[in-house]
Amino acid sequence: MTWFLRNWDQVAVALGQHVAISLTALLIAFAIALPVGIAAARSDRVYAAAITISGLLYTIPTLAFLALLIPIVGLGRTNAIIAMVAFSLVVLIRNVAAGIRGVSPEVVDAARGMGMDARRVLLRVELPLAAPVIVAGLRVAAVTVISVTVAAAYVNAGGLGTLIFNGIAGDHAPKIWSGALTACALAITVDGTLALLERHLSQTRAG
Amino acid sequence: MTTLGEAWSYLLAHLPQFTTALGVHVALSAAALAIGAAIAVPAGIYAAHRPRAAFATINVANIGRTLPSLAVLALVMPLLGTGFAPSLFALSLLALPPIVLNAIAGIRGIDPEVVDAARGMGMTPGAILRHIEWPLALPVIFAGLRTAAIQVISGAVLAAFIGGGGLGDFITAGIAMMAVPQLLVGAIPVTLLAIGADFAFGMLQRRITPAGVREA
Repeated sequence: MTWFLRNWDQVAVALGQHVAISLTALLIAFAIALPVGIAAARSDRVYAAAITISGLLYTIPTLAFLALLIPIVGLGRTNAIIAMVAFSLVVLIRNVAAGIRGVSPEVVDAARGMGMDARRVLLRVELPLAAPVIVAGLRVAAVTVISVTVAAAYVNAGGLGTLIFNGIAGDHAPKIWSGALTACALAITVDGTLALLERHLSQTRAG
Repeated sequence: MTTLGEAWSYLLAHLPQFTTALGVHVALSAAALAIGAAIAVPAGIYAAHRPRAAFATINVANIGRTLPSLAVLALVMPLLGTGFAPSLFALSLLALPPIVLNAIAGIRGIDPEVVDAARGMGMTPGAILRHIEWPLALPVIFAGLRTAAIQVISGAVLAAFIGGGGLGDFITAGIAMMAVPQLLVGAIPVTLLAIGADFAFGMLQRRITPAGVREA
């Protein structure tokens, strides 16, 4: 605890890096998963293909994935971000597709009957109604990405894992505690915050 | 392709170390999964019938689910030291949340009318559990084991950092020395192991689903 208090600036820098890497990966993954998920909601074939491929990526052990990318992109943040995007795709695609498929067809019909074109129906009706399910996917993806970022410190991506690895290498327990507990606290906080958002959205949308 | 060729020759040159590491990896993962299941399946079934216990268990398991694997392994090290046993302890902890959550969901997902009918036929709670609830919940429980298995195999790679052995040793040494062939000798087999386990559990899950509830 004294180490943590004396070196809180070091922990804060690592935490900042951790959040930055995780957020970047999550945004890229979402930018890919949203169009793929929308396409998957419309076609069973696209759905099956997208889920099979992204599901396979999700199965690959984290450290093995980071290692397999080294011959291609080398060490560093790019490597880590590619791995994290690959890991979070399956949850995001599945939830975007499930969210849109869960919108009642009568609601979509009514919107169409009011003269909305396909784009408007998607933006004004389907996506807003699917929001709680999409946020639920983001929640799982965010936790996954935070977890992968811890291991990614081993390929020089930075973040809280750096403290853990330095602590293990130097046999310095307080450093390990600080890195590991801060990472756990970050994951729990993000999970809890998105859970609240999810609940808020499903209540307002249901009303 | 030359890199793959080099990896192949590295593998052949280090075959004894490789088979030992593979054995440790499988043993570590299987033992962690078995310990996790031995605790989480009965706990989940127990909690599923008691709303308060279920509420508490689900909340704790949800928090456990969010914890980064490496953080859990790292936290175990200052307490229990390094090696196989501390790694096994940490991996067993990581296996608990998905198994317990699915055991609760599996039992609770059963149509209450089915259980009512069984009770109406004079079945005791024990008989209902054995003949009705267990077979109907088994596919969902198995899905939890599948998730846990993937997590444990992936976590066992990270166990190399706290001296757990396994295929992660090749990866960490390969990364540390930037020796790509060595790194591949760890990374490719462990990837195949995870994909194989996922596939095998998927097959088993389909097989144990009672014919009456199998989706067409």
